[in-house]
Amino acid sequence: MQVTRRQFFKICSAGLGGSSIAMLGYSPTAALAEVRAFKLAKATETRNMCPYCSVSCGVLIYSTGDKSKNSKADIFHIEGDPDNPVSRGTLCPKGAGLLDMVKSPNRLKYPEVREPGSNEWKRISWDEAIERIAKHMKADRDANFVEKNDAGVTVNRWPTFGFLASSAAGNEAGYLGKKVLRGLGVIGIDTQARI
Amino acid sequence: MALQSLDIARRSATTTPAPGARQTTEVAKLIDVSTCIGCKACQVACMEWNDLRDEVGNCVGVYDNPADLTDKTWTVMRFAEVEQGGRLEWLIRKDGCMHCADPGCLKACPAPGAIIQYANGIVDFHQENCIGCGYCVTGCPFNIPRISKEDSKAYKCSLCSDRVAVGQAPACVKTCPTGAIMFGSKEQMKEHADKRIRDLKSRGFANAGLYDPQGVGGTHVMYVLHHVDKPQLYSDLPKDPAISPLVSLWKGMAKPLASLALGAVALGSLFHYVMKGPNEVSKESEREAEKEESQ
Repeated sequence: MQVTRRQFFKICSAGLGGSSIAMLGYSPTAALAEVRAFKLAKATETRNMCPYCSVSCGVLIYSTGDKSKNSKADIFHIEGDPDNPVSRGTLCPKGAGLLDMVKSPNRLKYPEVREPGSNEWKRISWDEAIERIAKHMKADRDANFVEKNDAGVTVNRWPTFGFLASSAAGNEAGYLGKKVLRGLGVIGIDTQARI
Repeated sequence: MALQSLDIARRSATTTPAPGARQTTEVAKLIDVSTCIGCKACQVACMEWNDLRDEVGNCVGVYDNPADLTDKTWTVMRFAEVEQGGRLEWLIRKDGCMHCADPGCLKACPAPGAIIQYANGIVDFHQENCIGCGYCVTGCPFNIPRISKEDSKAYKCSLCSDRVAVGQAPACVKTCPTGAIMFGSKEQMKEHADKRIRDLKSRGFANAGLYDPQGVGGTHVMYVLHHVDKPQLYSDLPKDPAISPLVSLWKGMAKPLASLALGAVALGSLFHYVMKGPNEVSKESEREAEKEESQ
């Protein structure tokens, strides 16, 4: 297309004039504005407990994907569980920030062991960890188990071992824990049931 | 058919009227200052939901942390120690956008569609249309919007418009462990406030009342205060907030006058062109100019 000097100036001035009028608010723009899309719409919702204190507030954990074979779930939001009778959907500042605990670079994600005499933590598998704990327990119990006290009364105590349970355990887990531990003769059972 | 989940009531720098046939319930958030313990769960829940993470701040000698609202902190607890009637009172106020019925930010905003008021009362910023001029900061009677240093866009509380649009309560409301923050229709919130105020009055707070300032047409975030007669006690909550007269001067007079002046200039130029014609150079003056150049 051939544009003369004069036509070029005309096109420029028409463009400038038109856009100036539009900028002054004379151009009717469609009244469109959408809110941010609700990010949980099809996320996978998993019910759980806040791990921090003994109040054990209920939380809903939202992760990406629908648990199908090829989609890797990634937790991206955590909020209170309204059906939990303890917290009814509310969370304290620590609970409200649980997502950052899940994503924290300092979070322990696998068992580690520091051997006697060593100053380094070494990563081990869950099987190794459980076996190691069981062996230590067995050795300690065999060495220190008290079957009868000085008066000859059967007591079945294991006084050299302690167990720290979770505060977030429900009735059933608490019952089973108590059964197993008392069965072994453990006296020192505590929970992190405090803030 | 509406193309959005919430009906629009007003849109910044837009002259076309918004659709108004549908009836939408007005929503409100009620902050009961007297039951707030200042735990800041609302601050954390706000950041978590809105995908914001402000920088870790420093202790400035009081519990306020961060010390002020930022582009990434849309709500902040303000702690005030005041003496009232010989007693020390620790007044904690959750500060953030009040979602005015007559929003100064929206009135001042020159960018079309950067600030939206939905029919349910929420005032929302749309950063993609924001030009970063900061007029909303001038227009706000509560000093709420903050301009980001990274992208030069204005940010503030959206009252979790994305949650409200699907029938959920804002994140701060849901998390509040003491129930100091409530959410519902504005009517319900006023009823709830009445109950709280009666209770406070029976406990000796004769001046307890609801903060729903009429200077900005009422707000969609309201406070129950023990001393509604002295809101400035609560970290300078304004007693009679109103939109700055500069905004009405600019929007009410200056803008049409400027448009008129611009139109007059265009019209004048047209008349000048018709009457005087284009500027023509005579051959003599051209020769003279050539002579001067050659010298």
